[in-house]
Amino acid sequence: MIAPLADKPLLEMEGIEKSFPGVRAIKRGRLNLGRGEVLALLGENGAGKSTMIKVLAGAHMPDTGTIRLNGIPVRITSPHDALKLGIAVIYQEFNLVPALTARENIFLGRERTRAGFVSVRDEREEARQLLRRLRSNINPEAPCRSLSVAQQQLVEIAKALSRDAKILVMDEPSAALTSQEVESLFAIIRDLKTRGISVIYISHRLDEIFEIADRVTVMRDGQWIATVPIEDLTRDGLIELMVGRRIEQEFPKRQAEIGDVRLAIEDMARGSFVKGVTFSIRRGEVLGLTGLVGAGRTEVARMIFGADAADRGRVLLDGRQLDIHSPKDAIRHGICLLTEDRKAQGLVLGLTVRENFGLPNLPRLSRLSFVRHGQERLAFGQHVENLRIKISTQEQLARNLSGGNQQKVVLAKWLESNSEVIIIDEPTRGIDVGAKYEIYQLMNRLAATGKAILMISSELPEVLGMSDRILVMHEGRITGEITDVSHATQNQVMEFAAR
Amino acid sequence: MKTVLTRFWSNYGMAGVLLLLCVYYSFATLQEQRPHGEAAAKSLAATVGKAIHTPATILIVAKNTDEDRQFADELERRLKSAGYEIPRKVLGDPRAARVALDELSTQGVKLAAIATTPDCATWAVFDGMASKYPALGDVPLQTPANYRWPTFLKSENLLNVANQIVVVAVIAVGMTMVIITGGIDLSVGSLIALSAVVTGVLIRDFAGAQSATPLGMALCCLAGIGISALIGAFSGLMVTFFKVPPFIATLGVMQVASGLAYIIAKGSSIYEIPDSFVWLGRGVGLLSVPNAVILMVIIFAIAHVLMSRTTLGRYIYAVGGNIEAARLSGVRVGAVLMFVYTVSGAMAGLGGVITASQLKSASPTYGLMYELYVIAAVVVGGTSLAGGEGRVLGTLIGAFIIAVIQNGMNLTGVESYTQKVVLGLVILGAVLLDMMKKRDWKSLFPFFRKRSPAPATEPVETKSNGIETAKAKV
Repeated sequence: MIAPLADKPLLEMEGIEKSFPGVRAIKRGRLNLGRGEVLALLGENGAGKSTMIKVLAGAHMPDTGTIRLNGIPVRITSPHDALKLGIAVIYQEFNLVPALTARENIFLGRERTRAGFVSVRDEREEARQLLRRLRSNINPEAPCRSLSVAQQQLVEIAKALSRDAKILVMDEPSAALTSQEVESLFAIIRDLKTRGISVIYISHRLDEIFEIADRVTVMRDGQWIATVPIEDLTRDGLIELMVGRRIEQEFPKRQAEIGDVRLAIEDMARGSFVKGVTFSIRRGEVLGLTGLVGAGRTEVARMIFGADAADRGRVLLDGRQLDIHSPKDAIRHGICLLTEDRKAQGLVLGLTVRENFGLPNLPRLSRLSFVRHGQERLAFGQHVENLRIKISTQEQLARNLSGGNQQKVVLAKWLESNSEVIIIDEPTRGIDVGAKYEIYQLMNRLAATGKAILMISSELPEVLGMSDRILVMHEGRITGEITDVSHATQNQVMEFAAR
Repeated sequence: MKTVLTRFWSNYGMAGVLLLLCVYYSFATLQEQRPHGEAAAKSLAATVGKAIHTPATILIVAKNTDEDRQFADELERRLKSAGYEIPRKVLGDPRAARVALDELSTQGVKLAAIATTPDCATWAVFDGMASKYPALGDVPLQTPANYRWPTFLKSENLLNVANQIVVVAVIAVGMTMVIITGGIDLSVGSLIALSAVVTGVLIRDFAGAQSATPLGMALCCLAGIGISALIGAFSGLMVTFFKVPPFIATLGVMQVASGLAYIIAKGSSIYEIPDSFVWLGRGVGLLSVPNAVILMVIIFAIAHVLMSRTTLGRYIYAVGGNIEAARLSGVRVGAVLMFVYTVSGAMAGLGGVITASQLKSASPTYGLMYELYVIAAVVVGGTSLAGGEGRVLGTLIGAFIIAVIQNGMNLTGVESYTQKVVLGLVILGAVLLDMMKKRDWKSLFPFFRKRSPAPATEPVETKSNGIETAKAKV
C-alpha cells in the first residue's frame, strides 16, 4: 500500500478531502515524498494541486485525511505548524516585504537576537552564508523591491533554509524566470537534494519536469491519479494522464494564407526598454515575438496599443499612419491587446463575464448611454458558443473562471469590437494543456479570416509551433528574424535572444 | 425566482437587518397612544355613534390649540352629519366650559353627553356634574379611546427619521460612487458648511436678505452647489492628474473648504434669510411627505439607474474593480474619476443647502464630522472600501439603519453617550456581517473549524515498477 520507494517516506498525505462552499476542491488527495527527492505535482488548473499544497502548508485545514511525517501522524493547523515541522512553501506570489532588506526578510519572525536585541551582525553573517550556499552574491542589505524576480526567489529559498526546512514546496517557480535563471534554479535544487532536502515542484512546463523531477504525481479533478517515476513516462503519456484523454498534437496545423502588410511599426522607442524597433505584420499572419523576459517585447505591445507613450516611432495600419494616445484610440482603429496577466490587467475580476465582455463595446451596445443589456447578452452569447467558453451563466463573476476560459472571455470582448490586429501577450500562460490547444486553434481560425496576429511568448515550443515568422528581441532591439519556421530550432532562437 | 431572491439577498441583505430593527423598535415602543386632532375626532364620533342614539344633544369641549381646534371642528362636522344636535362648541379653558354649562343649564337643554379630549376630561368643572347642574341631567363624558401602537411606527416619527437622514443619505450617493471607484472623499463635511455659507451670504448680500424672491434663492442655492461641485472636481483633478492618493487629496481639500467657509462667513452665522427658504428643508408636499425626502428619493432613483443601467455606471464599477484592465479596455479612467468626485462635491453642496434650509440659517460649523457618518452609511450599506462593488440602494438602507438605531435609542431613552458606543459597534457589526456573507462563516472563526477525523483509505494499485495509479472507478 505504501510506495516501495523508501522504508518510510518522509511525507505521506492520505485520503485528503477538502470542500469549499459549493466546490469540492479535493476528493481523494494522496501524495508521498521521499528524502532528497524532487516530486513534480502535476495537473490542469483546478485539479487541486494548490489546495493540496495549502493543506500541507497549514493554510487550509482538510475536511478529512492524515498527514504523516517520517511515519508519524501530524496535525498541521496553521502555517506556523508547517514551518515548525520543516515544511516551507514558496508561492508564486512571494511572501516578501518589499521595503525590508533581503536579510530582514530572511529572518522575519525569527530574528537572531543577543540579549533581546536584534543582532544585525549575526544575521548578516548567516544571510551571507545562506546566499553563498545558493551560489548567489545578493547583498543582504539590498531592499527586496530592488531585487529581480530570480533574486527574490533565492531570498525565499534562503528564508526556508534558515528555518531548517526539510521539505520545500515550489509553486510554479519558473513562471517568471528566464531560461538561464531556470537553469541556475535547477542547479540549486540538485544541490538541495544532495543535502537530503526534498522538493515538491509544481509547474506547467513539461520540459522542466523531465529535467528536474524524480517522480511525478498527477492530479485531475481533485483526485489523485497516479504517481510514476519519471523514467517510465513519455511527454505524451504525461499529458494523457493530466488531461485524461489523448492529445494528438500540441500545436494545430493550418494553411496560412498570408496577404498584404497590415500593421507596420517604424523605429519605435521608449527609454531604455525599447531602443528603436521596426517590423510589420501581414494579413493572416501569426508573427511570433520572443526573447528573454525584460527584452522589451511587452513594452512594444503596450506602445502599439497606446497603453504607454512612445518616445518616438510610427504605427501604420494599411499604410495609413495612426495617431494613438490611449488604448481607446487603438481600439477605435481595430487594434487590441490581450495582456499576459489577465487577472491584473485583462479582466475586472469582480464584474460578471458579461460585464467584462461589454466593457470596450459599450458605445455600440448602448443607446443614449443606456446599456442595452439584451443586446449585450445576445452578442456575448454568440461568442460563448463560437469560442466554446465554459460558463454556467453570463452573470458568473470573471474571478471564478479557469485561466483558459478567462482568456476566451478576453478574446470575445476584442472580437466583438471588430479588432483586426490582435496582439496577444503570452497567450497560454497559466492555461492548462487541454485549453491551450483550443486557444491555438482559435488563433489559427482568426488568422485564417485575415486578421494579423502578433504573438508574444517566452515558451519556445509555442513560438516555434505557432508562428509563421519569428522575431527575437534582446535588450530593446530586434536581434533576429526567422522566416523558415518549420526548420528552426530552439537553439537558433536562443542564440538571437541571449547574444 | 430563486436566483432573483439570492441576488437580492447578496445585494441588499442589509434590508433584512433594517426590517429586523424596525420590528424590534416597534415592539419596544409599543404603548398606549392618545389620538390627536382629526384622528381623535373620527374615533370619538364612532364611539358616540354607538353609545348614544339620535336625536341627542352633545356638547363639545376642547382647548384652544391648533390640534384641539382640528379635533373639535372635525368632531362637530361628523356628529352633525350623524344627526346630533350640537348647541355649543367650547374652545378654551375650564372657565369657558363652566360658562357654557351655566348657560345651557339655564336654557334647560338636556345634554346626552360631553365630547371632549382626555386632557379636558380631567378638569374639575366636570366633577360632580349631576349635583352642580341637575338641569342638564346625568351627563357622561365621552373621550376618544386610547389605542396601542408603537411610537416608532407613528407617521410623525417615521417622517422625522426620514428627515434626519436626508442630508447624510444624499451625500452618501456621491460617496458611494467615489468608494466604488476605490477612492474616498473626506471633504464632504466641510463642503456642507461651505455650500451653506455661500448660499446664505449670497441671499443676505445679493438676493435681498429677508425679502429674497424664490428665484433669487434658487440661484443662490445653485451657486452653493456649483462651488462645491467645482471643489469636488478639484479633488478629482488632484487624484487623476497629479496622482495624489484620494485620502490625502480630500483631506487637504477638507481643510481648505472648511477654512473658506469661515472666511466667507467671517466666522459668524447668517440668519438674514427669508422664512420661505425653509420650503426645501421643512416644507411638506404630496401626502405630507417632506420635500427634502422627495428630493432624496428622486436622487437615489437617478443614481440607481445611472449605476445599474448606463455605460458610465459600468465604467465606475470597472475602474474600482481593476483600473488597469479598465484603461486597457478603452475606458477613459480619468474622466470617470473626475465625474465621481464632482458628483460627490455637488451632493455635499446640496446637503449644505438642505441643512441651511432646515435650520433657516447658515454657519461654517455645519457638517462637522458628517464625512464619517456618510462613510458609515455607505459601508453599512455593503459597499466595499476596496472598491469595485457596492449598491446605491444599499447605501440608502445603510443610512436608514443608522438613523433607525439612533431614533430607536432616543425613543427608548438610551442616553447619548451609550448611543455612541452602540452606533460604533453597529458599524463594526455591519462590516463583519458583510464579510461573512461574502466568505463563509468558518473563515471568520478559525476555532470553529472542523477537526479532521480518522483517515479515509483508498484503493491504490502498486505495480512492481513503482508506478502507482488510482484504481479504475465506476
